[in-house]
Amino acid sequence: MHEMSLIAEMMNMVRESAAHNNITRISRIKLVVGKLTMAMPHSLRFAFHTMARDGLFQGTELLIEEREVAYQCCQCGEKYLPDMPYGQLCPNCGSKASHLLSGRELFVEYYEGDSGKGEENGANTHGN
Amino acid sequence: MAQIRMETNLLGANDMLAAKNRRIFKARGLLVINLMSSPGSGKTTLLEKTIEALRGRIELGVIEGDLYTDQDAMRIENKGVEVVQINTEGTCHLDAGMIEKAWSRLEHLPIQLLFIENVGNLVCPAEFDLGEDIRVVVLSTTEGHDKVLKYPLVFQQAQVVVLNKIDLLPYTDFDLNAFNRDLQLVNPQIRVFQLSGRTGEGLAQWTEWLVEEVGKRVI
Repeated sequence: MHEMSLIAEMMNMVRESAAHNNITRISRIKLVVGKLTMAMPHSLRFAFHTMARDGLFQGTELLIEEREVAYQCCQCGEKYLPDMPYGQLCPNCGSKASHLLSGRELFVEYYEGDSGKGEENGANTHGN
Repeated sequence: MAQIRMETNLLGANDMLAAKNRRIFKARGLLVINLMSSPGSGKTTLLEKTIEALRGRIELGVIEGDLYTDQDAMRIENKGVEVVQINTEGTCHLDAGMIEKAWSRLEHLPIQLLFIENVGNLVCPAEFDLGEDIRVVVLSTTEGHDKVLKYPLVFQQAQVVVLNKIDLLPYTDFDLNAFNRDLQLVNPQIRVFQLSGRTGEGLAQWTEWLVEEVGKRVI
């Protein structure tokens, strides 16, 4: 259940950014999670619903996008999804030398919210 | 309605603290090992035997991570080694902030090798950098050879695997060939020590390797 720590950290980050951007109510958070992190979407949601009790996160929808584990072969450049669970063996040339293209993601892509004063802040405002 | 783009890693705060720990440890010429395993793999027994073998040769310190008890810390303390207990109170892994705090209670000591015994769990500790030099996974033969593919991240992130309880190998279905094959798939560079904490078989290779690694960091 490292999902609890991850969600606690996510809430800290979003809370800080929301304060900075004068957002008082968050309607949606988009989280990107690579499958190699073994953070389970249902556990992340459970953790979020357990911890998200204050006004800022009331009724907030948590969107989770899972990313597959993908490698690129260092020998022949082939990009592949491993068929052995997480194994690194190029299906094209058999090399074991590869680097990870995706699967370790663990980040908040964006969140959406209101300032509470009914002000329109404009879409796609860039935070920090 | 505003959309705020963040693209910020959830582990960013931990990674920054880990980098700070790593700088402090490096400046001290300290070897720091993060020991990770399932519960019952024999981490604490391995530590006890390692302490005995290195007594008089290397100054050791231990940070013990446990959910609630201090039983493991007591076992280490009984060996005459400085130990700091971290009770995570339910959290399934140590993080870099906990290590920073624990280190403040050890930093005045002339330690050359710091062991961090993580919470027993093959999933969660893998994600959290503590600022260690080397990650060691302890797997015991009684757990089965399939753990490498079931918990690939922890094996991928490690530099060393200790295959413990090798004395029990004949009594288990542990397939050494399958284990080595899977390790090759997940992490071809990983180094393996086969040993038994209980009988001491294979322990010398492990402790000599530790002495060598400590020697590389002497400043």
